Amino acid sequence: MFHRFANPNRFLRLTRPLVPWAAGLTIVLIGAGLYLGLFASPADYQQGETVRIMYVHVPSAWMAMFCYSGMAIAAAIGMIWKHPLADLTAKASAPVGAAFCFLALFTGSLWGKPMWGTYWVWDARLTSMLVLFFLYLGYMALINAFDDPERGIRAASILVLVGAINVPIIKFSVDWWNTLHQPASVVKMGGPSIDPSMLWPLLLMALGFTTYYIWVILVRIHTEILDSKIRAIRMRQVQG
Amino acid sequence: MKRKHKRLTFVIVALALLGAAVGLVLFAFTDNIVFFHSPTEVNEDAFRTDRRFRLGGLVEEGSVVKEQGTVKVSFRITDLAESVPVTYVGILPDLFREGQGVVAEGRLENGIFVAEEVLAKHDENYMPPEVAESLKASGKWDEMSETMKKQGHVTKGATQ
Repeated sequence: MFHRFANPNRFLRLTRPLVPWAAGLTIVLIGAGLYLGLFASPADYQQGETVRIMYVHVPSAWMAMFCYSGMAIAAAIGMIWKHPLADLTAKASAPVGAAFCFLALFTGSLWGKPMWGTYWVWDARLTSMLVLFFLYLGYMALINAFDDPERGIRAASILVLVGAINVPIIKFSVDWWNTLHQPASVVKMGGPSIDPSMLWPLLLMALGFTTYYIWVILVRIHTEILDSKIRAIRMRQVQG
Repeated sequence: MKRKHKRLTFVIVALALLGAAVGLVLFAFTDNIVFFHSPTEVNEDAFRTDRRFRLGGLVEEGSVVKEQGTVKVSFRITDLAESVPVTYVGILPDLFREGQGVVAEGRLENGIFVAEEVLAKHDENYMPPEVAESLKASGKWDEMSETMKKQGHVTKGATQ
């Protein structure tokens, strides 16, 4: 099934038309989500207006974990089935995921100060999220640390797969240990415990972040494919 | 085909072993990973009292006493089974109020927890103030906090 999409040219042809759609959807969804979240939704009974940080913080954190899971799956496919496109996908995802992760940590810190009374604590949720950020940075450093790109990809893929163990730890950290961070509000047993007037803007933002991810990832994979083509042409010229 | 399967098996086995190893390590460190201890744990005889630790729970209703003209405050932290008296000198976070989840860091001195830092904890429920009011008015609020207590949220997560 993968092999149908393994051909980079076919992938380019199939996914190029998706880029403007993903871009348009991103603008519409994030625009609507930001308006609803920042202006049209009510303040929280406990946290007041500060709750609006949630509309950026929560989707960023979700995307940071989603992006990492995607990278781990891509790295596994690349490693087992020697799928060049899968390796490119993992490589293209890393900076995007790192940016989401940074945004989640940064907005969380700004949220923590007024609500908890501190920018940072070393509880299980915050620490495991910081580890995720370092895994992203480590992946990006490792993949570029070798002269031979093949070896870089192999080493970085191992790092991503080993680090994948952190994803369920992040998700369940608030259930397994007592933390200062609240337990899950949306993805949990018994349904969300967020009022619909706040849940809808949150889901819109999450969707918008997802289409943004698709948009940027596609552009980055296309660039990587063109890059490797240029490299191949240059090699041929050099070898005469 | 054969090498492909070999790599697949290798990846699966390696990840399973790694997962097991991390699981065992985390399980062994459970006591060190918890962010705070509950009043019930603190009141147990086995609890070592000479070191700094964090105490988490709810601010007991009616227990907050502010000393006039200073920032000194005393209250009790409870998990609805046991409670510990706390004193604190300093500015409290905005969310601090009776019935609110808090985490205090400090040490026990003669049975009183002397806090050096008090952090507020909020729960996973989000709603507009009007909804909270109508829930309280219809009596569903108590039902909700009852079920949360039953699910162990208070002792584990100190929420409400």
